Amino acid sequence: MFHMPGILELPASEIVRRVKLQEISVEEYIGECFERIRTVDPKIHAFLTLTEDDAMVRAREIDIRTRRGEKVGSLAGVAVAVKDNICTMGVRTTCASKMLERFVPTYDATVIERLKAQDAVIVGKTNMDEFAMGSSTEQSAFGPTINPYDLERVPGGSSGGSAASVASFEATVSLGSDTGGSARCPASFCGVVGLKPTYGLVSRYGLIAFANSLEQISPIGRRVADVATVMDCISGHDSRDSTSVKTGPTSLRSHLIEDVSGIRVGVPKELFGEGTDEVVSKSVWDALKRLEGLGATCEEVSLKSLKYALASYYIISMSEASSNLARYDGLRYGFRLEDEDWDWSEAFSRNRREGFGPEVKRRIMLGTYALSAGYYNQYYLKAQKVRTLIRQELSRVFKVFNILASPTMPILPFKLGEKLRDPLEMYMCDFDTVTANLAGIPAISIPCSTYRGLPIGIQFMAPPFREDLLIRVSYTLEKSLRLDLRPAV
Amino acid sequence: MSGRIITSEEVRRLAWLSKIKISKNEERRYLEEMGEILEYFKMLDEVDTEGVEPTYHVIELVNVTREDVAQQTSSNSLLEIVPVMKGRYVKAPRII
Repeated sequence: MFHMPGILELPASEIVRRVKLQEISVEEYIGECFERIRTVDPKIHAFLTLTEDDAMVRAREIDIRTRRGEKVGSLAGVAVAVKDNICTMGVRTTCASKMLERFVPTYDATVIERLKAQDAVIVGKTNMDEFAMGSSTEQSAFGPTINPYDLERVPGGSSGGSAASVASFEATVSLGSDTGGSARCPASFCGVVGLKPTYGLVSRYGLIAFANSLEQISPIGRRVADVATVMDCISGHDSRDSTSVKTGPTSLRSHLIEDVSGIRVGVPKELFGEGTDEVVSKSVWDALKRLEGLGATCEEVSLKSLKYALASYYIISMSEASSNLARYDGLRYGFRLEDEDWDWSEAFSRNRREGFGPEVKRRIMLGTYALSAGYYNQYYLKAQKVRTLIRQELSRVFKVFNILASPTMPILPFKLGEKLRDPLEMYMCDFDTVTANLAGIPAISIPCSTYRGLPIGIQFMAPPFREDLLIRVSYTLEKSLRLDLRPAV
Repeated sequence: MSGRIITSEEVRRLAWLSKIKISKNEERRYLEEMGEILEYFKMLDEVDTEGVEPTYHVIELVNVTREDVAQQTSSNSLLEIVPVMKGRYVKAPRII
């Protein structure tokens, strides 16, 4: 039976407000989070590591400071769950891989520094597909995460633990990462909000690389406002990430405005293709009609290059992965077999065989193929050229429309094991999300409906640095829909 | 499947290049799966990209540098995560 102590349901900004007024003790609230985790996590396995001792110490510190009347940060006391590919000093960071099972970073990622500076409380590290390669969180070396809405189904991936922890009220907000949809997919499947920022807006320093030209750290929350709150804290230039854009932090909270009048929404029909479940299409169109009722205009548009986005994305991401993951040899850190008298090639090949799971190996090998002499032009270079065509077509369409809308996922959350045997079928799940990563544009997924208790997400995409539009439209739709989402745990 | 895109020999070579040891069984599985995936990738052949510049990166950034100032890191904590050490040294496999 679903019963929730009220404090865990509060939005982040309300927790901060009450903490500052000393109406809530952070110690009590964080304690309740861990109580909730102990009740729920044995069923959904959202966490790989809990940081309870640390979290309780920080909670008490914040309480002491508020009692003394000292200033506290913009996320004072808020419980944050962090995907396990984001480095946390002194707390193991595994990427859900045997390769990094015992890896303890000696520094914090920039986003973690910024969260801590604003007095957020990190409650633990969340489960994911190994090295963020997957769309179901079944590829974790430590066992899958389960969808809190239906315990027979996947939570989506690769940030499945981050989405499931927030959906089931174990944490108030979380950080995921999004390389081809890895934050939006689980947000859609778990009935929460996930925002993939414009490339370069959030520092990747301390994010363990999978495909560095595509990925961004992405906030996840139960409400649009929570995602805006976290974005405003973690965004902005960082000199330690050479791809970080020279801009200050966002002020998305000031765009929590209920008004879509005059907003022109383009609806690419290529993203409602043959693989799209009718229930999903209908839910998305219902939401768009609602937006029209609120003053927006929605119009179907054809973007022919999007048909090629998935192939282009997988070639590029696998190529970058094969290069990024070359560093894992088991020497300075990571998984290493007992020493035999092997030469370096044999030793590295054996360490990597044992340390990596099947999907990671598949992608490294395919990436190696796409980059190898003789195939480079046909695959890698071709994919990068197609990427240019996609960007050009998008920049043309954004001259006519303010934002684009589509399903986040073409299908409903599927059953555990259903797509594990066919890698290509699993890749197809990312059909609607990869475009935003290829073009570096921001995209958000918010819940728009449910079908037989399963959440359905709608995706909006905007031109670079127009997160404000995504927040405004999503916030307006969220307020209008007033969905009553209740997980099964 | 007609006219395989990839052969067993190529799969073995890719595993060698990737420094991942694979078994005979894995080789068969990867041959099948990678063939199917590469077949899908071939759809890009139908796109006309004559004269199109590749996008390696979505933002225009050239030579981002920072001041060359040393920062403190703890070599002790870095050495704590090394799997196999000999004294203060990281033990590496033999080269020849």
